[in-house]
Amino acid sequence: MSLDLATTRRIAKLARIGLEENELEATRQKLNGILGWIDQLAEVDVTGVPPMVGTETETLRQREDRVTDGNCRDALLACAPETSGPFYTVPKVVE
Amino acid sequence: MLTGLTLTEARAGLAARKFSARELAQAHLDAIGRLNTTLNAYITVLPEADVLASADAADARYAAGTAGIMDGLPIGVKDLFCTKGVRTTAASKMLADFVPSYESTVTANLLNAGAVFLGKTNLDEFAMGSANINSAFGPTTNPWKRTGDEATALVPGGSSGGSSAAVAAGMALAATGTDTGGSIRQPAAYCGIVGLKPTYGRCSRWGTIAFASSLDQAGPMTRSVADAGLMLEAMAGFDARDSTSSNRPVPEFHKAVGKSVKGLRVGIPAEYRAPGLPAEIVAMWEQGIAWLKAAGCEVVDVSLPHTRYGLTTYYIIAPAECSSNLARYDGVRFGLRKDAPSLDGVYEATRAAGFGQEVRNRILMGTYVLSAGYYDAYYLKAQKVRTLIKRDFENAFENVDVLLTPTAPSAAFAQGENMDDPVQMYLNDIFTVPASMAGVPALSVPVGLNDAGLPLGLQVIGRHFDEETVLSIGGALEAAAGFTHTPSIHAGAGA
Amino acid sequence: MSYTIEGRTGTWEIVVGLEVHAQVISHSKLFSGASTTFGGEPNTQVSLVDAAFPGMLPVINHECVAQAIRTGLGLNAQINLFSRFDRKNYFYADLPQGYQISQFEYPIVGKGTISIELQNGDVREIGITRLHLEQDAGKLLHDQDPTKSFVDLNRSGVALMEIVSEPDIREPEEAGAYLRKLRQILRYLGTCDGNMEEGSMRADVNVSVRKAGEPFRTRCEIKNVNSIRFVMQAIEVEAARQVEIWENGGQVDQETRLFDPSRGETRTMRSKEDAHDYRYFPDPDLLPLVLEQAWVDELATRLPELPDAKRARFQAEYGIAFYDAGVLIAEQAVADYYEAAAHGRDGKLAATWVMGDLFAALNRTGNTIETSPVSAAALGKMLDLIADKTINGKIAKEVFEDMVETGESPDAIVEKKGLRQVTDTGAIDAAITAVLEKHPDKLAEYRSGKDKLFGFFVGQVMKETKGKANPAMVNEALKTHLDA
Repeated sequence: MSLDLATTRRIAKLARIGLEENELEATRQKLNGILGWIDQLAEVDVTGVPPMVGTETETLRQREDRVTDGNCRDALLACAPETSGPFYTVPKVVE
Repeated sequence: MLTGLTLTEARAGLAARKFSARELAQAHLDAIGRLNTTLNAYITVLPEADVLASADAADARYAAGTAGIMDGLPIGVKDLFCTKGVRTTAASKMLADFVPSYESTVTANLLNAGAVFLGKTNLDEFAMGSANINSAFGPTTNPWKRTGDEATALVPGGSSGGSSAAVAAGMALAATGTDTGGSIRQPAAYCGIVGLKPTYGRCSRWGTIAFASSLDQAGPMTRSVADAGLMLEAMAGFDARDSTSSNRPVPEFHKAVGKSVKGLRVGIPAEYRAPGLPAEIVAMWEQGIAWLKAAGCEVVDVSLPHTRYGLTTYYIIAPAECSSNLARYDGVRFGLRKDAPSLDGVYEATRAAGFGQEVRNRILMGTYVLSAGYYDAYYLKAQKVRTLIKRDFENAFENVDVLLTPTAPSAAFAQGENMDDPVQMYLNDIFTVPASMAGVPALSVPVGLNDAGLPLGLQVIGRHFDEETVLSIGGALEAAAGFTHTPSIHAGAGA
Repeated sequence: MSYTIEGRTGTWEIVVGLEVHAQVISHSKLFSGASTTFGGEPNTQVSLVDAAFPGMLPVINHECVAQAIRTGLGLNAQINLFSRFDRKNYFYADLPQGYQISQFEYPIVGKGTISIELQNGDVREIGITRLHLEQDAGKLLHDQDPTKSFVDLNRSGVALMEIVSEPDIREPEEAGAYLRKLRQILRYLGTCDGNMEEGSMRADVNVSVRKAGEPFRTRCEIKNVNSIRFVMQAIEVEAARQVEIWENGGQVDQETRLFDPSRGETRTMRSKEDAHDYRYFPDPDLLPLVLEQAWVDELATRLPELPDAKRARFQAEYGIAFYDAGVLIAEQAVADYYEAAAHGRDGKLAATWVMGDLFAALNRTGNTIETSPVSAAALGKMLDLIADKTINGKIAKEVFEDMVETGESPDAIVEKKGLRQVTDTGAIDAAITAVLEKHPDKLAEYRSGKDKLFGFFVGQVMKETKGKANPAMVNEALKTHLDA
């Protein structure tokens, strides 16, 4: 499969990576090179093969329902590039 | 030379009070001071006072007879492990100023065992790369040089290139690495040291910055196979905070080294003998086979028919997971933020500025293979092929105890080589990726030099949670090879 | 079909499916140990995991799994012993990880049903498609600053059950009945408090319209409607909007909309305008959730009695009407109160008192059943006094009002006020004699055939005894005197 510019733009938008028009084309070419190589997977017959998720050597462990965490607002907000009072802030969002 | 010891030797020296932990730490700080500008193996070196304070505490424990298994041993920490109060960058602009308030489980385990941290070692950004050239803090240089060519800077391998260079050059007795598709083993081979990727689940992933969750695994990078066993003992163990952590007991791994390997069955996968594999690699492999036969192993041919798809499968699954794992770097709660009038504008500007080229491309590739219309053809297909790869290993391990392969298809290459075509770069991981896909443990052992005087490694792959047999075979190879070469740039050189 | 929209081109029916997000009752979050308490200081109930710091990993909360199973059992649904968590990838300021951990391909609960009752008494089955566990998002505050939105992550990571109905709903009223019934079941189970004002239960409403016999047309999703009344209003206005579009030759776009109650209209949700591509894939930080059948069975045996079963039992056990049983089981606390008062007594009488005088008293005094000034035991005691003829029904009303006011026991009130019923035949005879002497004219009228005056004499005798005479004995004795 080959990647066109519109798809490259859509992917960049989905991934929220702001690319300039000239970067888009370079990116498209680079990804296409890799995709061309990846396409050899098409020849593998996977009929009846279940997908492997993680390494699946065990099943999910469950933790007890106890409050053991939180109450660390200062430590959290200290890492934030922008805050206001007890909040993180972002440019105004219209819902 | 205090900087030339193995962990095992240093531990013995400290226990016997031949030297103090402070002297040992100071020697390493001095070596880092001399060499780091050339090699750029460390992104962050801890303040001397802090390092020496840790060393003094270790000395006190030796005096009190309460020393842990890593006590007083100065090591480097890949800058992908979050370290409390110490900047943790993942070699990315995105986290250039990020100081975690928490300590990763693996580094906490090492601290509990008494290890002395020297600093945070360089890597490919977010562990994505095979040459340590994708670092926002500049590339790490391999301390090894081609014979007669001191001018050409070689890559240390990647992504744990800072760790491998530091250990090879005497800037740490050992270092932590992480391995997603070969990021411990390949740089270990390029730098002439030992690197062990344990079974997936052996070391907790909690507090280690994620690249591809189903593949990431921490492990030791050391100067001997016994050291790898010792350090893994300290790093490994069950962690309730990681749902994929295994609760199997942690054996005394270092005791596996030196155990007789007589009668063990060693499989040689036919498919790894790829056309175009350099003669020097084939020759080293043959040599390894001969050594193990001489040690009493039974060598048998095995087939891993899907192994040739390992790399392509990896380059779907790892980017897919990374595209999601790296979504949290959005400029809101930590790390870099680039302002813009809209929320999406902040996201796009921050992520464009914060991520380097390779990381961006992998995120985009991962986004693509998961997106509507392509998921089945790429991601789902890759997961199915991954099942086949894992089955290949399971089938092989019904007949053999370990597999022996080269670690990498070449020795270290020069900075600037293999840079234009990403696929060429990816091919460096062709021998290491399949074991990552299956989640089985694998070890790289330095066994010799090529004609250019560069180290080559052989890889031993074992069954799930059977690091011990891997270490026994690795120990046998190490003993037979007697690899004692040192790189041109190292702490002891010209001193 | 009772609810239709008459358009210019014909009659339209509506097709509605509901996705309810019900916050799971648990102490800590689905994948972190931070508290779930409502109303904490901003960003205090947030762990490193909830804020998606580098290297943080999810570990699932056992109780949240149990709550999902209980809910599935309560909805008569299939419990899937194998389920899995997937990541739903999208960027938004209330979503720190950049993905929501949810269950996409393999939900923990499969198909089930809810039976709802309409105003006219009709009962309908609404299909449940699935129930899955997922993380809640944080909260954005838009009114604190002219150029910024503020982010509070306290809710980020709290466990939600998303309960998806089949598109079986055909009337706004059915949607309301469905939500009330679902909320009732969740409350009975103790798996969600159902508090829509606090946002612990929210509904996304999928609405489309069609003409009878047609396949489904394009639907719109109205997000986060926070009251049952608004859900019903939103369906009406959205259906009308869609009919308008179709009839004008237009196309309804599949989109996410918001309901604005003050304007009584729906509008496109700006933040969801971009094409969705959630790139679901199995979360590699989590392994498959595999349940033991034995655990599911154990949870099933410990399930409380649910509304439908309780209603049927109340009818059978206490001989009360279907409607009354429905009123009494509407809330678990009322049902418990009723049962405590009715047990071993006259169930019908108990029902009359609870639904009549008690509800009126609660209303009047601004109390709930939990804060009722009259306990179920006290009401029961009063019913006993009626049963053993210590007081009659009329006096009981006076006793009850006193109980509401003073909180005293009915015995004490009866003693204090001397309200014990008069069963002494001598006293009753004396009262009758006195009454007859006072009203010789009426007596004459009665004896000349005016039977209706019997009631007058009963009333006068009761008055003479200050209401304390046993009415049956008064009747008996009066007959004897009058007919003598």
